[in-house]
Amino acid sequence: MTEGPPVVVIGAGHNGLAAAAYLARAGRRVLVVEAQGHVGGAAVTREFAPRFRVSSVAHLTHLLDAEIVRELGLRRHGLEFARTRLRTVALAEQGEALVLDGNRIVAGAVPDADRAAYGPFIDRMRRFAAVLARQHHRVPPRLAWARWRDALPAAALGLDIRRLGRDDMREFLRVVTMAIYDVLEESFASPALKGALAVDAVLGTRLGSRSGNSVFSYLHRLGGGGPALPRGGVGSVCDALAAAARSAGAEIRLDSPVAAITVGGGGVAGVRLESGESIAAAAVVSSADPKTTLLRLLGARHLEAELAQRVHHLRSTGTAAKLHLALSGLPRFRGVAAGDAGERLVLAPSATYVDEAFNAAKYRRYSSQPIMEITVPTVHDGTLAPAGQHVLSAIVQFAPYDLAAGWDAARGRFQECVLELLERHAPGIRGQVLAAELLTPQDIERDFRISGGHWHHGELALDQALMLRPVPGAARYAMPVAGLYLCGAGCHPGGGVIGAAGRNAARVLLAGGSP
Amino acid sequence: MTRYDAIVVGAGHNGLTSAAFLARAGLRVLVLERNPYIGGATVSRELHPNWIYSNCSYVCSLLRPEIYRSLELGRHGLQVVPYGGGVTFTRDGDVLGGYVDKDVKRREIARFSRQDADAYLRYGRDVMRQCRLVRALLMRTPPDPTSLRPRDLRELVHVASEFGKLGEAAIYDTLRFYMMSIADYLGEYFESDVVKANFAGSGIIGTALGVQSPGTAYVLLHHYMGEVDGQMGAWGFARGGMGAVAKAIASACTASGGEVRVDAPVGRILVRRGRVTGVALANGDEVFAPVVLSALDPKRTFLGLMDQADLPPEIVKRARDFKIRGSSGKLNIALDGLPSFPALGPGHPLLAGDMHVLDSLERFEKAYDDWKAGTWSKDPYLDLLIPTMTDPTMAPPGKHYMSVFVQYVPPKVEGRDWTDADRDAFRRTVFQQISRYSPDFERLVLHAEVRTPRELEAEVGLTEGNIFQGELTFDQLLFNRPFPGLAQYRGPVRGLYLCGSATHPGGGVMAAPGANAAREVLLDLRRPATVPEGWSDD
Amino acid sequence: MRPAREHYREVVQRTPFHSRTAAANALNLWHRWRDYTVADAYVDVGLEYVALRNACAVFDLSPMTKHRISGPDAAAFVDRLVTRDLTRLRPGRVGYCVWCDDRGQVIDDGTLFRFADDEFRLCSQERQLDWLLRSSLGFDVAIREETAEVAALALQGPTSCAVLAALGLEGVAGLAPFAMRSFPFAGAELLVSRTGFTGDLGYELWIAPAHAEALWDALFAAGAAYGLKPMGTHALEMSRIEAGFIQAGVDFLPADHAVRTDRTRSPFELDLGWLVDLSKPNFTGRRALLEESRIGPRYRLVRLDVEGNKPARDAYVYDDKRNVIGAVTSSMWSPMAKASIALASVRQPWGRPGDELWAEIYYQKELKWNRFNARCRVVEGAFYQPPRRRATPPPPW
Repeated sequence: MTEGPPVVVIGAGHNGLAAAAYLARAGRRVLVVEAQGHVGGAAVTREFAPRFRVSSVAHLTHLLDAEIVRELGLRRHGLEFARTRLRTVALAEQGEALVLDGNRIVAGAVPDADRAAYGPFIDRMRRFAAVLARQHHRVPPRLAWARWRDALPAAALGLDIRRLGRDDMREFLRVVTMAIYDVLEESFASPALKGALAVDAVLGTRLGSRSGNSVFSYLHRLGGGGPALPRGGVGSVCDALAAAARSAGAEIRLDSPVAAITVGGGGVAGVRLESGESIAAAAVVSSADPKTTLLRLLGARHLEAELAQRVHHLRSTGTAAKLHLALSGLPRFRGVAAGDAGERLVLAPSATYVDEAFNAAKYRRYSSQPIMEITVPTVHDGTLAPAGQHVLSAIVQFAPYDLAAGWDAARGRFQECVLELLERHAPGIRGQVLAAELLTPQDIERDFRISGGHWHHGELALDQALMLRPVPGAARYAMPVAGLYLCGAGCHPGGGVIGAAGRNAARVLLAGGSP
Repeated sequence: MTRYDAIVVGAGHNGLTSAAFLARAGLRVLVLERNPYIGGATVSRELHPNWIYSNCSYVCSLLRPEIYRSLELGRHGLQVVPYGGGVTFTRDGDVLGGYVDKDVKRREIARFSRQDADAYLRYGRDVMRQCRLVRALLMRTPPDPTSLRPRDLRELVHVASEFGKLGEAAIYDTLRFYMMSIADYLGEYFESDVVKANFAGSGIIGTALGVQSPGTAYVLLHHYMGEVDGQMGAWGFARGGMGAVAKAIASACTASGGEVRVDAPVGRILVRRGRVTGVALANGDEVFAPVVLSALDPKRTFLGLMDQADLPPEIVKRARDFKIRGSSGKLNIALDGLPSFPALGPGHPLLAGDMHVLDSLERFEKAYDDWKAGTWSKDPYLDLLIPTMTDPTMAPPGKHYMSVFVQYVPPKVEGRDWTDADRDAFRRTVFQQISRYSPDFERLVLHAEVRTPRELEAEVGLTEGNIFQGELTFDQLLFNRPFPGLAQYRGPVRGLYLCGSATHPGGGVMAAPGANAAREVLLDLRRPATVPEGWSDD
Repeated sequence: MRPAREHYREVVQRTPFHSRTAAANALNLWHRWRDYTVADAYVDVGLEYVALRNACAVFDLSPMTKHRISGPDAAAFVDRLVTRDLTRLRPGRVGYCVWCDDRGQVIDDGTLFRFADDEFRLCSQERQLDWLLRSSLGFDVAIREETAEVAALALQGPTSCAVLAALGLEGVAGLAPFAMRSFPFAGAELLVSRTGFTGDLGYELWIAPAHAEALWDALFAAGAAYGLKPMGTHALEMSRIEAGFIQAGVDFLPADHAVRTDRTRSPFELDLGWLVDLSKPNFTGRRALLEESRIGPRYRLVRLDVEGNKPARDAYVYDDKRNVIGAVTSSMWSPMAKASIALASVRQPWGRPGDELWAEIYYQKELKWNRFNARCRVVEGAFYQPPRRRATPPPPW
């Protein structure tokens, strides 16, 4: 272990902990400072009602980096999955629900042509998604071609696309900027199928199904091993990461919110906690979102003007709310086979429905007919609720952060609206509700200190992806202020409990990288 | 039996341009037009005695000056004259005037926001950067990024080097620009909603996207990259109406020996053993040529004029999937006098400019929501012009011609075809919108031609009434236009070429698709090049 | 409530001195300086120039863009804005400075007036409100443009101090270069700064527009005995080239206007390296300028003494092997230096003092064009710099 001031990691979310673990394993002294009394950040399991626990923000892991799991020995540190490769069940008020399992449609009434087209469609999209996923471990390239070797990382990305082969490459370059709605129209007839797929393209974004860029968002989500439920909730990912970091020698200080990143001597000097305590740092690695890190903790004045403006214009207002219900029994969803209640349930009868739900967000209103992604993790995981009782966790969209009416006034009405919709699909569920928690993006901002309450710390769209993420000139983890690094979801490759941003940032720091 | 070296289907500006360049290379060229008049959507017709309308396209900026000069369109009678400025009316009775003088314009913006007035310079600079980049690609054939042929690689290097010239920061800004919505883009410059609305129209004209839809920033470019006499971004009128453009190109074509035949609808493109042999007219006559260029969009060309057995199935699917999506309508109105616009007052210089009526981005977006719901916008975007303020040839003295471009207008109304009753109701909506800003307008109306997508499709052959022959979104631009693997003007059958706005660089009265297609034909025939190269901006 | 919309009728506006400048403008020659019309020359450019160097001349400076910057973070804000160290810019002082974009390319140069610890005025050639407001993110400052709220005159030349003394401005002679002071004038406040764009002894006078005409009249009444004349832009232009001063849009392209991103210049490339303090912890452009100081600038601004008597207008500049290495940006025959002088931008490594360069000069006499290659000598410092410019108190004319 080296002497001298530690590398201070701000935030004990999955990316912060991943960065801490890799830095500690490389022999750095690492101190993680976390505002809350527990680790986890937005990948956390909290008790929202007595004896009922839930994954408060992210409630599934789609994308968790397998290499990180392996390298850091997270299984050894306690990570277990209650279920992997959940099926997707498209809720329908009438008839049998559509059930999707991998690249197969296993239940539900869809035209034969759709059933036949589904496999090739998913396989092709997975090939495209793999191109993007292959970038997760890469530091985004610079596009300055002054020296040929600068162009190599960009060329590597080009080569990945070329390796798709001619037909796939052509199709990739066509669809990657498109609206999911249009791609689905080209491929399928069944509204239920298109609705279910469209949800994946807009979850956690400020996009409708007819918005360009939504295919990109779809491919991002498709890039992992499929939806999975960690035992004990998503927070157990962070518990394992924390254990890995600690075992490598990192220290984690809880209840230590950072008030400021301090500068001096031509770079970052350390952090000042809200308690007033100052901690000198060899480097500061922040897993907080870019706006919080650069504009609030560091301060725009320590950046150059154009970069500060770029951060200021980062699109980062969330549109996803979380609803958590403590239930006295297992809800019964219409059209869903008894054994499927624990799968991933999506509520979006058509791609048009998804887009209409989004329309409200454009005018800073909530959707009165929202889309939902619902999990009942207690079907697979008894640790989250008393025996026989259940937890329902739903992502509800669209619930824009900047609601025109203000969330204080609208919260009750919105929750009512969502419960009513649930009741339509799961008759009797309201009678089962023992307790409810609604987290709007403003609540997420407050509880998890994410400016704008956006899961991805910044909209994950093509204009904020790769070398443009979070903003041009700060896309390579090392910030322009010497000794400052970003390692959160605001960086490439974005949010979704991947951990790659933390890993990449640690690598860049260890290599002494520059922006 | 009649034989030609090349047949062009459709006498719109692109078809005529292709024909003119081919004729100049010494080819025997025949242009076949189904209407009794030429021009396609670049047309002027006298539908009310003594009034000449620019029935479809109504202003001219994109027409490539290289083509203007090379075909000597001035000598063939074309005179494009710039007109000045524009105005956005606000609901509170004010206006934001887009004055021609840049200081006056700046002061005008400053009335709404002083910061925006200065930010306008930065906005102009950044849009100009994008224009310069895209202009360098207009008179070129897009490279196929999947290809390793020397020409494609050379062209890819050319594109990359144009990018490289921007410098690192501007490269990133360019990538962002192509992916952003016009609303987000404008939000990086302006704070005033009126100012943003004033610029937002160019991001959605002719496009079935809302101002918040990613990809609309590029559409903006499509309306800024033109020029009149070297003045980039300037717009002008073709004296005597837009039909003058088609007439001049046709005259250039016939002067070189080309032949233009009207009232000659093509029924089928003939293919034998994988090669084009000519066309069959609707009346059964057959005309033969080893080369056929279609100025029609790929749906009409491949699905309408060809036997699907002659085509690879992938092409048929791509043609079906090609997004055309009509989104606009057009009214041409003969007026008994000059209507008053109280917010401007009599004699105001901006009466000669474009007039716009949406003063907030929210109104734009809601107008788009109407389209998505399958109906025309109830509070529509209008680009309203009185060409007779600048061009006296279009109406009798003291009388006026008003051109009203309307958006959004869906190709089908709530999923069914347009009816005459729908069209009349649509006209009411537009008249009411105009009357809000010009109370005496309706009293002056002598005649009105109302064009919904139905009329645009039926008369001009613009599928779904889309003015660009296909959406200008990235999945249908450059090497993706009209679709991947078919972006170099050559069709899927030997001897068949596409030369319409559905090909790179897209719609608007630019004539570049027609010229580029002609260049490829001549290359394939090993004929001397007659198509000029693009002019460098430096 | 928005300002009146009728401004469009007066496309080019009049400065607060217009009634006086119009009356004096015997040539009726005007040009446009952004929103305003200003005199090219009043009677004769040569005579106005001579008045400036020999007695004194007054120039209507009102269209100069002025911004007011105030608030608790004003000092920190301007420190992050400009490249130079401002810690010694005390209240009552004026500083010449440049500011850059993140690429370290010069946006503009100008003078920064410090009225109080937390209050500044920034005068510049170009409008900067957008840049200033965007730069102010994270600073508690108020920024507004006050161009129309301040009428300004430049009073320049050897007798300028005497004229102000005759005007009754007690103690004006004690004003050091780049100092400023307020004086009561006819019931108003007249701000006098010892600044200018002529490289000569001179002052700039700042007053509320309502008092502009009274100031003009009083100046000319007091100046009659000291050879005071009104001077137009042409004469001012001559003096600024002699002084070796650069001008935005002429000698460099403001970075925030550049469509072609390779056309801009860094402060080092404009011979303004002395204004760059890389030891400051942060200012916009610092990282790029630090890098540039490591790898070296691309261009050099040079002051050329051009052989012969023909101005090297728009001339290409060549090295001794006849390769084009740059171009002249400003040029004239200098009546004071008695030489053809020029400012030019040349590629590195050319343009070191003493280098032999060549300018290709085209000129015509009675419609016959001639071309010749003039040998150029790179000179250091201003072409003309009288000692009175810096002396406090200034010598009696």
